[in-house]
Amino acid sequence: MADAAFTDVTHAPLDLGALIARVAGPDAGAIASFVGTVRNVHEGRAVTGIDYEAYEPMASLELARVANEAVARWPGVRVAISHRVGTLVVGDASVAIAVASARRAPALDAVRFVIETLKVRVPIWKREHYVDGTRAWVDPTASAHESAGA
Amino acid sequence: MAHVTVLLFASYADAFGTRTLEVPVRAPCTVAEVVDAMRSLPGGDRLPSEPLVAVNHVWSAPETLVQSTDEVAVIPPVAGG
Repeated sequence: MADAAFTDVTHAPLDLGALIARVAGPDAGAIASFVGTVRNVHEGRAVTGIDYEAYEPMASLELARVANEAVARWPGVRVAISHRVGTLVVGDASVAIAVASARRAPALDAVRFVIETLKVRVPIWKREHYVDGTRAWVDPTASAHESAGA
Repeated sequence: MAHVTVLLFASYADAFGTRTLEVPVRAPCTVAEVVDAMRSLPGGDRLPSEPLVAVNHVWSAPETLVQSTDEVAVIPPVAGG
């Protein structure tokens, strides 16, 4: 059984099974997970891929802070988060989260907290590639719609 | 000339044409003073009224003091996930 919080920012493909294995344990009655994937459309434009860029030292620290906040808020949960950076294509996983808990409610609530919090706090950006060959940085603050990906 | 080095990423790196910007301001100063000095540099018109700033990897307020040895990053709207 691992520490209560594991996080990383990686260039490698994500492995949800490995995250689940990190949080699993005999005291867990529930393991909840979330995987964010690259979607093929954003605000009506066809998307072929996304470059994810991170301020890596701070992104790693901020992911760990988010995980530790979840552990503090739902005592007893174990949290594992991986965020991928680099160039991803449609269908690739950009973020994966696993939370184990004795019972399901804290696991489900903590997963939701982690994804919603990391989206507004962790310094990671995405530049979408469109079918017409153009690229643009996504600015969630400029849009009334939900942003692309997760 | 005194300056503070600012790290830039994503759309702000594109706006200023660099990932490390020497901002002409003398430390110690506030985060707000660093940002104000950036506005007069080429690309500075692309900054919003109150951009996100991290000092030593911690989100910081406009009144936070910046020392010459600090790592300062001016950060575009985040879009992870």
